[in-house]
Amino acid sequence: MTVPAETSPAPAGDAPPSDLQRSRERYRRERARRSAAIASVSTVVFLVVVGAAIVLSPGWPRVRESFLDAEVARDSLPDILSGLWLNVRVLAVAAVLIVLVGLAVAGLRTLRGPIWFPVRALAAAYTDLFRGMPLIILLYLVGFGIPGLQLRGVPTSPVVLGTVALVLTYSAYVAEVFRAGIESVHPSQRAAARSLGLSYGQTMRRVVLPQAVRRVVPPLLNDLVALQKDVGLISVLGALDAVRQAQINADATFNFTPYLVAGILFILLAIPTIRVADWITLRATRRQQASGAL
Amino acid sequence: MTAAAPHQPAAAVPVLSCDGVVKRFGDHTVLRSVDLRVGEHEVVTLIGASGSGKSSLLRCINLLETVDDGVIRLDGEDITDPRVDADAVRRRIGVVFQAFNLFPHMTVLDNITLAPRLVGRVAKAEAAERAMTLLRRVGLADKAAEYPDRLSGGQQQRVAIVRALANEPRLLLLDEVTSALDPELVGEVLQLVGELKDQGMTIVMATHEMSFARQAADRVVFLDAGVVCEEGPPEQVLVDPAEPRTRQFLARIIDAGRL
Repeated sequence: MTVPAETSPAPAGDAPPSDLQRSRERYRRERARRSAAIASVSTVVFLVVVGAAIVLSPGWPRVRESFLDAEVARDSLPDILSGLWLNVRVLAVAAVLIVLVGLAVAGLRTLRGPIWFPVRALAAAYTDLFRGMPLIILLYLVGFGIPGLQLRGVPTSPVVLGTVALVLTYSAYVAEVFRAGIESVHPSQRAAARSLGLSYGQTMRRVVLPQAVRRVVPPLLNDLVALQKDVGLISVLGALDAVRQAQINADATFNFTPYLVAGILFILLAIPTIRVADWITLRATRRQQASGAL
Repeated sequence: MTAAAPHQPAAAVPVLSCDGVVKRFGDHTVLRSVDLRVGEHEVVTLIGASGSGKSSLLRCINLLETVDDGVIRLDGEDITDPRVDADAVRRRIGVVFQAFNLFPHMTVLDNITLAPRLVGRVAKAEAAERAMTLLRRVGLADKAAEYPDRLSGGQQQRVAIVRALANEPRLLLLDEVTSALDPELVGEVLQLVGELKDQGMTIVMATHEMSFARQAADRVVFLDAGVVCEEGPPEQVLVDPAEPRTRQFLARIIDAGRL
């Protein structure tokens, strides 16, 4: 451990590092290099083993033919992209409506006082019903049931009805996320706001909700990521979205590659949202905390 | 509502008067029958053991709790009448809490100007200007744009006091405002309270700081088991108490090294 001393160890912070400090740093660098080397080797070995297992499997040539046909991929891409544009538009409209309905339901559920019992009960029933109902069944009920009533003025477009079903399901989840956020704000914050003379509504809007929303942004963005791929389910109603276009192309070419193309496009769509979610969460934490170390 | 005031107030109507105030939480009676009078520019400290009802009384006065019986009057107006506008009453009373309760998502300036802007309908620029004047007075003008979590406990509590003052309250309630502070930060907060007293603010303060009560209070009120056990000038209550329970309480405090 002893290292030939060039300078005598000085206690001051701006002095050259002592031999002890240098030997520790050397040891840590060595350890870091070894960890990196082990990680790289094990990753390569893992990928080779998994790759070999797939490529050397008896059915591989046929799977490659039906899932990885470059020509089919190229031909189906324009259709699927135009379908994806529909998904994106549905996503944008649905996301806004989900936040509004979710916030409203959560607000109604947190009202206090006996007068509001029916409203609270109704809001609770809403979240129970639409969180319990499988989305695909709700899509059928809304998408085929509502046009079946043959009411005048009620939309029959599968895109609109699919969006309605998505909003019903997701707003029930989002309402519960908002409610958890509202209830996580300590009662002393309400007490402080009310004792300044703010009304219940002002306290909610200016003090409780801003803190609640900040806390639930990460889980909400997680729900947004889930919603991004669930918008593909409107294809079951016949909406010409990315999944439906992939299906049409697959049926026409007897090849599954279009599905893979659609899947990859959905992943590419999700990645920015995921990164933005991480960034927003980090920024919100940094702004309020004295140090970003933890 | 029905009980007449037991002893007639002197010439002026007291800023605050409590008559036979009772507060129960379920089976537990926190306030049995509290009578209290606080005159203009008076500083009254509430002392008493934990659970004696100091905080509950302050919360009742500020209508954060509804009283079960008795009457509380602010400038002669019965504020325990369920028909009064509680928000309007709270606006006239400033409260500072033990745990500061600043709004963590707002800057110091926004914390202070929120109520004047929203409730007092003061224009934003004017509210900010008044807040800055107050902040300068407490030596925190340079912290206006900071978020509360970046301030020390003593600084946060001084901001909380400024926030309560921004509404220009008739009455200031201080609920153990130094209990959550490190010992070396207590002084700066107590000094500010002393300055408010000198400026003529009417203050009711629950506290464990006996030495501060002794030098700053006009009157000390000893609460025990939900009633006012003894009250009077600090030299009398804290130095030569008449009631045995007051003596016992002070003996415990002296043992704990706080007097």
